[in-house]
Amino acid sequence: MSASDTTRSYLDYGHSALRRWMLTREMAIVALLVLVVIVSCFTVPYYADKMTIYYLCQNMLPNLMIALPMALVMIAADIDVSVGSMVGLSCSLLGLLYAAGVPFVLAMLIALAVGAVGGFLNGWLVTRINLPALAVTIGTMAMFRGIAVGMLGTRTITNFPASWTAVAQWEIGSTGIPVTMLVFVALLVAFIALLHFTSFGRGVFAIGLNKQAAAFAGVNVRRTRLILFTLTGVVSALSGVYWTLLYSTARGDVGSGLELQVIAAVVLGGVSVFGGRGAIHGVVAGVLLIGALTSALQLTGVTAEVINIITGVLLIGSVLVAAFTPWLRDKRPHTATEKGGTQP
Amino acid sequence: MKITKVAAAASMVLVLAMAGCSSSPTSPSTTSTSSGAANAPLTITVLPKNLGNPYFDTSMKGFTAAAPEIGATVTQVGPTSASANGQVTYIQTATQQKVSAIDISSNDPTAMCNALNAAMAAGIKVVTFDSDAPTCRDLFINQASADGIAKVLVQMISDEIGGSGEIAILSAAANATNQNTWIDLMKTDLAASYPNITLDEVAYGNDDDQMSFDQTSALLQKYPNLKGIIAPTTVGIAAAARYLSTSSAKGQVQLTGLGTPNDMRSYVQDGTCKEFALWNPQDLGYLAAYATQALVNGTITGAQGDTFTAGSLGSFTVGADKTVLLGDPYKFDASNIANFNF
Repeated sequence: MSASDTTRSYLDYGHSALRRWMLTREMAIVALLVLVVIVSCFTVPYYADKMTIYYLCQNMLPNLMIALPMALVMIAADIDVSVGSMVGLSCSLLGLLYAAGVPFVLAMLIALAVGAVGGFLNGWLVTRINLPALAVTIGTMAMFRGIAVGMLGTRTITNFPASWTAVAQWEIGSTGIPVTMLVFVALLVAFIALLHFTSFGRGVFAIGLNKQAAAFAGVNVRRTRLILFTLTGVVSALSGVYWTLLYSTARGDVGSGLELQVIAAVVLGGVSVFGGRGAIHGVVAGVLLIGALTSALQLTGVTAEVINIITGVLLIGSVLVAAFTPWLRDKRPHTATEKGGTQP
Repeated sequence: MKITKVAAAASMVLVLAMAGCSSSPTSPSTTSTSSGAANAPLTITVLPKNLGNPYFDTSMKGFTAAAPEIGATVTQVGPTSASANGQVTYIQTATQQKVSAIDISSNDPTAMCNALNAAMAAGIKVVTFDSDAPTCRDLFINQASADGIAKVLVQMISDEIGGSGEIAILSAAANATNQNTWIDLMKTDLAASYPNITLDEVAYGNDDDQMSFDQTSALLQKYPNLKGIIAPTTVGIAAAARYLSTSSAKGQVQLTGLGTPNDMRSYVQDGTCKEFALWNPQDLGYLAAYATQALVNGTITGAQGDTFTAGSLGSFTVGADKTVLLGDPYKFDASNIANFNF
């Protein structure tokens, strides 16, 4: 860099903030989501109805909530495939405790605490024993599910307090948005703040790019990863509680396969599977895109297998685009350097 | 700051797009719903436990056969795996489409009640068949009385093992409503009338071919004195028969349960399974379609004693708890299996 370069600010070398923000993988997914919603509104019968929003929010809420901590875990180059089983565990535990006479609020808090303990266990095994996150969480996935199904056996617990289960059905005024979305909005704000506006969040990105470098830069790598796994456990347990309220039923098999739906949405939303990059708005758009597309396809009478195929193609497509973007960028002339006149 | 402005603008666009489209007056939904209910075509959404299940493919044949006779449009939708929340989204979709009726084989007795109640509140008739959701439907088409099934299954296994010995049950999912009712009744019947028969274990194959196959092999390993297996599920009995037919236990360990003739034909012919029982799922679908039509056009309300005619099956009467019974279970063996093709 030349020493005489003091008159121009750093921004003169880069693209404008608007351009940098709009031309990202995340915004492409947001744009695709808006496109899918608008096209579906005009072409899919019954789609343009507030019930679509209501059902979409209601059904996708567990995915939306778990996608937030999952995004952080994956940005830190870890993964947690035990989330679906944790949903089932928290659901069965809540049912069992309530059936045993524990007050409902206390039972919910215990379920959340067990979520924290389960998440901590994942984190502890990964960071203290230095086991790979995939192996650890595949193990706890089987373990949590086993406990959940084992505890309940053939029983299905119903008859939860109607005052609580009704909450899952409420909507905000006549907007079609369920009241429970407020919980997600609170989590959303918290996770955006945590990831994008704190040094902890910058540490998460640093860990995902290079653990050693992050450690030398002063990031407490172990503690950060441990916190992320614990958060994932708590939010998964919260989804289990929500699930119990929504369906007024406790079953051990609740949330089966949820982990892959969440991971798919997170990857679709622009989080790199190798860690180090991603943003919350992309992740939320990824979950909503899959949800909006699925409900549109269901309303047009497309069968479940075809919906799975389309979702799969969409995911591969988005990863392909991400893989080719750097190559495309190299082919294009570097406007940023030309603007500055000299090579920095 | 520029970024926050852009963020705000982008989120506004998204909210407006969704909100705007929810109140869009030019949407097709508002035009098609304004027509009167009296002359509305009869549309039935059939929602089996899962797609790709031969049992429900057969019941769908019954719906399809009845459709032209009752002037209905019948559509089959469903999840690829038998999960409760998988069915919920299809109930919601059918509710939005404002179909005349939903005919569902429920994966859980209560989990889809919110969705089914919402459908009934929207004026849609809800008919359960095969597996019930007792608190949230207008009518249940019962394939056979649970008592009748349990008695027939226990009596068949007792005949085959000579009235004494160890047996096991290979069921579907641990939460399956109908399977658990039958199993409980079989246990009662065994305890009351068959003192020399011991039930070793109830294993769960989740209506998955491979898992049922593995569970059969595990049962034979765990209980060397096992003399018989009852599999009250079509997937389970076929997988168990496939395992037994190539194992040394063939002919030593008796197998019976609920199966379909096409699945079981070769195993009945090679002696793996002497006899098994079932109702005719095609008749079940056919009856459900006619009952649905009677419910939608007001011939029946679901009250006990209501009668209606179900095409070639004859006349039926609604029993207690808004239930219509198809009839007694039917036993299939080497002498009659050739007469059936489903």
